[in-house]
Amino acid sequence: MLTERPITPSTLGVKDLDWQIKWDKELCTQCGRCTTVCPVNAIELGVFRKREIITPAGLLKKAENKHTVFYGIRQKTDPAYGCIGCSMCNMVCPNNAIRPERAEGSTTQKFHNDRGGNPRTRGGRRNSGESLLDQIKFMRISMLTDPALDAGRHEFRLNTLLGRVQSPEESLKTYQEHGWKPPVREIYPLVIGGMSFGAMSPNMWEGLQMGVAYLNEELNMPVRISTGEGGCPPRLLRSRFLKYVILQIASGYFGWDEIIHAIPEMKVDPCAIEIKYGQGAKPGDGGLLMWYKVNKLIAAIRGVPERVSLPSPPTHQTQYSIEESVAKMIQSMSMAWGFRVPVYPKISASSTSLAVLNNLTRNPYAAGLAIDGEDGGTGAAYNVSMNHMGHPIASNLRDCYNALVVTGKQNELPLIAGGGIGKSGNLAANAAALIMLGASAVQVGKYVMQAGAGCLGSEKDRCNVCNIGVCPKGITSQDPRLYRRLDPEKVAERVVDFYLSFDTEIKKIIAPLGRSTSLPIGMSDALGISDRDAADRLGIKYVV
Amino acid sequence: MCRLFALTSRDPISPMLAINALNTMKEGHDGSGVGLCLRGLGGRFEEELQGCPILSGIFTEAGLRRLEQYTMDHGFKSQYSILYTPETEPPEGTPVRGTYAAIAYKVPKGWKELTPEQQGQKLVQMRLDLRRMGEDDGDIMVFSFWPDTIIVKEVGDPLEIGEWLQLGSNRNLYARHILAQGRQNTNYAINLYACHPFFIEGIATMTNGENTAFIPIKEYLQSRNVTGYSGYQSDSEVFTHIAHYTTKRLGLDISAYKHIITPLMDHEMADHPDREFLATLKRSCRKMIIDGPNCVIGTLDDGSMFMVQDRKKLRPGIVGGKDGIYAFSSEVCGIDAVIPDRDKSKDFQPMHLDTVIVGPDCKEIQTCSQKDQLPRQL
Repeated sequence: MLTERPITPSTLGVKDLDWQIKWDKELCTQCGRCTTVCPVNAIELGVFRKREIITPAGLLKKAENKHTVFYGIRQKTDPAYGCIGCSMCNMVCPNNAIRPERAEGSTTQKFHNDRGGNPRTRGGRRNSGESLLDQIKFMRISMLTDPALDAGRHEFRLNTLLGRVQSPEESLKTYQEHGWKPPVREIYPLVIGGMSFGAMSPNMWEGLQMGVAYLNEELNMPVRISTGEGGCPPRLLRSRFLKYVILQIASGYFGWDEIIHAIPEMKVDPCAIEIKYGQGAKPGDGGLLMWYKVNKLIAAIRGVPERVSLPSPPTHQTQYSIEESVAKMIQSMSMAWGFRVPVYPKISASSTSLAVLNNLTRNPYAAGLAIDGEDGGTGAAYNVSMNHMGHPIASNLRDCYNALVVTGKQNELPLIAGGGIGKSGNLAANAAALIMLGASAVQVGKYVMQAGAGCLGSEKDRCNVCNIGVCPKGITSQDPRLYRRLDPEKVAERVVDFYLSFDTEIKKIIAPLGRSTSLPIGMSDALGISDRDAADRLGIKYVV
Repeated sequence: MCRLFALTSRDPISPMLAINALNTMKEGHDGSGVGLCLRGLGGRFEEELQGCPILSGIFTEAGLRRLEQYTMDHGFKSQYSILYTPETEPPEGTPVRGTYAAIAYKVPKGWKELTPEQQGQKLVQMRLDLRRMGEDDGDIMVFSFWPDTIIVKEVGDPLEIGEWLQLGSNRNLYARHILAQGRQNTNYAINLYACHPFFIEGIATMTNGENTAFIPIKEYLQSRNVTGYSGYQSDSEVFTHIAHYTTKRLGLDISAYKHIITPLMDHEMADHPDREFLATLKRSCRKMIIDGPNCVIGTLDDGSMFMVQDRKKLRPGIVGGKDGIYAFSSEVCGIDAVIPDRDKSKDFQPMHLDTVIVGPDCKEIQTCSQKDQLPRQL
């Protein structure tokens, strides 16, 4: 920067930026791939002028300036073009000459992410590395008199139930009278949570669906996937694979015109209907698909004009209150499929979760409750919502399970927990902890993107540009030039890989606890934690 | 691992037979407790006191006085008691507690007008009240309050305790159905209420092994609103309550018990004649699925006796005998000690799908596999 250039409040130096580009002049071939691939144009070709002072020996000749020019990479310091740390530049560099580095001590950029009075929006997660679930240990290991089981050789029953399970007395009465019994699905306890067609690229969606179909049809694992709010491609709606899909309806009702019209042509019923009232990443906020991603295909499936932002309202507008909303929507959705499909609401974890739960326990059509904790991910939200709004999943789930235990309905209304499961990569351990705290199943989204498609997002504010459609991996982009980078077949392979490894790991957890004949839902005596307050709060053992 | 031994006989027999059988399996229990459940009583209980509820427990002198007051307040009059206060030193490790009692009561006026369910509820509630009364001072310990039922529990070696309490000398203690357990204390502190067998409303069971699914099952049973689904000093008490729930609350046959605690896998159920019923049961009773390793032996109020194993069949268990007397035992040496002259080729060791039942007539061993069609249940 020249000395006479004016300094504005947002004039930053490279040192002020969150992510700083390290570039090695010696290794750089100047091929230009890094500047081309950068999703946010944070780097550009730099022409650098360099002065060298030639100082001859002796006093006869004066020193001379020699000016040379060299070419390289320049990092922009305008916060609007701040590097996001995705490191695609490094991935494409033939010589490993460039990479971004997170500058932990540089915080200035954070204060300038609101140009034009618009607070920062982004995709991703809460940007916090802390995880209570990671601290929970499984410590009731069967020893000596009652030997632990063999994870590799015993038979294990890991499947869980989704749907309203009648009490033993009620169910026998229904059996005897041939009455209507609420639909119940036997599913694998790790569900792929709602990530919409629109938020995800077509290749990502296709890859996920293929992976799920393979798990079901070749490996006999009843894995289910939620659509998120964005409808469902018409061919899938009319295919036999719909039975692996949980159709989500949310406050924007996007895509539901298409779905409703497809009902008469459906070959099979969907697995379930999920009514989204809230999302853990941004509780009290509706879904959001920003205009960048609303192309012709997405607009057609959602039934909206192209290139307009699609913010769903924070609540379902057609009803007054959550009680009414829950009851009426569950009823309507059940009716649409002839009471053959489980219908359950999904809410953000909140101190009001118990109120919703209590309401559901008295509704014979409610098929469960999905609760999404503050560590859940999203494709687009305000940074403040993501970082500061919400409730941790562990205690919220535990409270709800305990409430069911008090009313004796712990087998009747399954709780599905989500939000931050596997955020540090410990998918099976986190899932098992929540199951033993009382979850019948868990939902994961971000982990699926990370493990299934190589999403670069981290808890260090890396990448997180899902909202503007420039995903460098093609996962959350609607631009064919980007999403063609993602091979759906490979996504499917990765989905199968991580499901199989989850399956082995979960057995490696429950076998030493002596459990194999049923999923250990609510087996809280197996859990311990070295934080006394957390132990008291969750009703598990304090161990040091 | 605890050792279990049970006898079912057409004629009343001495409880010492069962205790002697336990003694042959001595390497398997550490003397940390013994429990006896006697049903189908002979002697005076059969001849003069049929239908009278019998309270069994251990009382100090003060405890007996409080008991008398309590029962009088409720209109129950003591008819006949076996009260035994040992004067000799107890065996090593056994505390001095007081009087071991089995007291038969005359029921109050108006009792006959109550339904059997109401009578049952009252008796269970009274047992729980008495148990609670004794919790602070330990002056009252009650194990059962039910017609035709005596339960004895004590810490110590079964044979030494049996001899010390002179269980073989009183013919009024002879019984047709005897459950006996020699305890190997593993998980919990020694507590008499943790000694098997457990009893509720005519159903008694005892178990060996660990119940790894204890907490979720316990929470589920406690939330059934059934008086008496409480206690749980031992993780095995849930097996008794599940048997009670199966037979009394759901009105199912004991052959359905195994389908509740260890349901079939879906592919095994696919061509089962009762698949719809079994699927209903499996889902709605999911919280009562046990995870072993367990062998459960029990007796029902009709006098039949049964044995089931966990799904992986991780515990030993064998049934054998002859017309008129059958034994259910952890080990074959136990049966050999009591019924040496039986046809050993007819001995049966139930596997992971089997339920063994010997009816009150003590005629034969009936076995049913979970793959068999069930008798009509509802």
